[in-house]
Amino acid sequence: MQLPVIGNRDGCASPYGGASRPGMTRRSFLRRGAAVTGGLAALAAAMSPLRDLDGDDLPSFQKLLQKHYKEMSPEEMEAALDRIRKEVEKRYQVRPDIRDFKPMDGVEFVYALNLTRCIGCRRCVYACVEENNQSRDPEIQYIRVLEMPRGSIDIEDGDHHYERSTVPDEHHYYMPVQCHQCANPPCVKVCPVEATWQEADGITVIDYDWCIGCRYCEAACPYWARRFNFTKPKLPKDDLNPTMAYLSNRPREKGVVEKCHFCLHRTRQGKLPACLEVCPTGARKFGNVLDPKSEVAEILRTKRVFVLKAEVGTLPRFFYYFDERDPIDEHVVPSQAAQAVGVAS
Amino acid sequence: MREYLRFLVRCFRLSFVGDWRYYTWMLVLTCIALLGLNAYCKQLVSGLATTGMTDQVSWGLYIANFTYLVGMAAAAVMLVIPAYVYRNEDLHEVVIFGELLAVAVIIMCLLFVTVDLGSPERFIHLFLRFNFPLSMLTWDVIVLNGYLLINLHITGYLIYSAYRKREPNKRLFLVPFVLVAIVWAISIHTVTAFLYSGLGGRPFWNHAIIAPRFIASAFAAGPAFIVLTLQVIGRFTTHHVPVNALRLLRQVIIVAMTINVFLLISEMFTEFYTGADHLLSTHYLYFGLGEHRALVPWIWSAVGINTTALVLLYLPQRNRGLWLLNTACVMLIVGIWIEKGMGLIVPAFIPTPLGEVVEYLPTLNEVLVGLGIWAFGLLLYTIMVRITVPVLKGDLTVDTLHPTEVARMATA
Repeated sequence: MQLPVIGNRDGCASPYGGASRPGMTRRSFLRRGAAVTGGLAALAAAMSPLRDLDGDDLPSFQKLLQKHYKEMSPEEMEAALDRIRKEVEKRYQVRPDIRDFKPMDGVEFVYALNLTRCIGCRRCVYACVEENNQSRDPEIQYIRVLEMPRGSIDIEDGDHHYERSTVPDEHHYYMPVQCHQCANPPCVKVCPVEATWQEADGITVIDYDWCIGCRYCEAACPYWARRFNFTKPKLPKDDLNPTMAYLSNRPREKGVVEKCHFCLHRTRQGKLPACLEVCPTGARKFGNVLDPKSEVAEILRTKRVFVLKAEVGTLPRFFYYFDERDPIDEHVVPSQAAQAVGVAS
Repeated sequence: MREYLRFLVRCFRLSFVGDWRYYTWMLVLTCIALLGLNAYCKQLVSGLATTGMTDQVSWGLYIANFTYLVGMAAAAVMLVIPAYVYRNEDLHEVVIFGELLAVAVIIMCLLFVTVDLGSPERFIHLFLRFNFPLSMLTWDVIVLNGYLLINLHITGYLIYSAYRKREPNKRLFLVPFVLVAIVWAISIHTVTAFLYSGLGGRPFWNHAIIAPRFIASAFAAGPAFIVLTLQVIGRFTTHHVPVNALRLLRQVIIVAMTINVFLLISEMFTEFYTGADHLLSTHYLYFGLGEHRALVPWIWSAVGINTTALVLLYLPQRNRGLWLLNTACVMLIVGIWIEKGMGLIVPAFIPTPLGEVVEYLPTLNEVLVGLGIWAFGLLLYTIMVRITVPVLKGDLTVDTLHPTEVARMATA
């Protein structure tokens, strides 16, 4: 005896009438269903890495709805600071002292660096990292010290990665570079969302809660002063500096840009930047250039001062100077540049 | 309105109908796009550390592809100008495919910028604090989205008119937009070039020649892509593609590419004859700096490919076959991709403004994200062409049946 096969390949409608609709055979329904299921499964599989998203990393609604720094009322700023306090406490188990310091009236900060005195010990680099809660892994540093051959002022001749048991080396001098807090800052000009701007005291700041991480400012900076958090910053909780400000050293998160801010949480309270305090030779000078009696004003008046890359028109507030002629040392070998013009060794 | 929604639903369903070649092509593209999505999700979790970018080379593959694709969007306008300004009949038949390409390519551009963002969830800040007109990036946001909207309007209007069997109101809804699109297309290249050339701290970009070179190479690569696409459309669909349209595009490519090579020579001469010390980036690109020479083989292959392509284009096309033209087009697409992509973006960061030399190599994850966007763009373009051809031909209109509907009638 022969029986008809149910649901056979000819696509005849199911005798149970379940899946079939007019115009849709059981087979085509199954095929379509399989295609849709397969597609959705593939999509879900593709997006599965999102499961690893850390709940703490997801921006809270409060943060997403937070206004731009310049638009926040004092109450809204207080709410934002409170949120940051809680977040820091949750992540580092330390209650931070975070405030929003405003620029002081009649103050324009200027930095002056004495190249004759700098010995290239890099203490400023690490003091900065500790003060400003930078990521330790990967390590983010705001200050880069170049070891320069005597006889050249061209930073392309500098060595970024010099390793010596002792400094200074007699054939070199040292040039630390950090954010120059330009009066005509290209980074501010290019930011599409105004997440970075120049304050009344001359410090260019970043609202870390506003930066979208496009890194256009990084491309625009002629001094390579900006750093990007390519991944979640790692900072051991014992290393956290709990004294912080909204616009300076509060902990950052992945995907935003940061840079030197002249330690504004210190300097706007009359203290000196961390890099200056740690300097063993007194090569670093900082102060209010609008005050004629300040040390920096005196330096700008009397020393042989220059800025890096004056030709790009950024008008830096970071000045370099040599305060005396280098002592003539018989043992110093003239640089290649000096030899090229005929200086005998 | 209801009719329009029905049109969209029918278009959506039509995109699932095709022969085995269509299914294979779409399946492969979907798989690559999903791989890209997977890679992007990994990037979202771990941050841009999954890419090869560093503080030293802070833009890489993503921005390189973005830059190149902005150039590709020129394909549309190089069909539009002869068709509408010089009233070339042959091009009128294919101009819509250029505009569709512009739509797909601009979407790819926007995706490439989005995946480059460190905090993409904050894109909304663009609507709240828009640094216009100071930041060239805001200009780019405006011109790219504007170009997308204009082309969406032109193509959507033409297709929907054909669907409704209505004669398009050319004077009111078409020609003004087409003319705006021509100027707008120039603007997307100019603005994108200004994005780079306006940075005083990057001597490699800080030239007046960047924008003209950008447009010249765009007007070569875009039409080259269109030449190939039109032949694919002519072969696999019922749409008629006049050979004269291809020949005209060849002329466009020849002129644009010749200008591009001339500008390149001017640039190279100025940089190398002067021998100035601060042009290390160019030196890095063409000859390497010490042991750092990652881009050298790339750029010389681009130079070789582009020169050969130009020679091939200049050769008299004796026989009726198009293989010479096609070879040249493939070479141009690849050559300009190297030159206008990685060759334009990466060297600007090497050495850094402080003279440090750190090289850049994209990671596998980064490459997958990029491939995913390319696959997604091709997928979009295929679907758009898939829908456009039968609608324009009158096979799918408001009162005809959909192929799936025909199939259903047959089985019922």
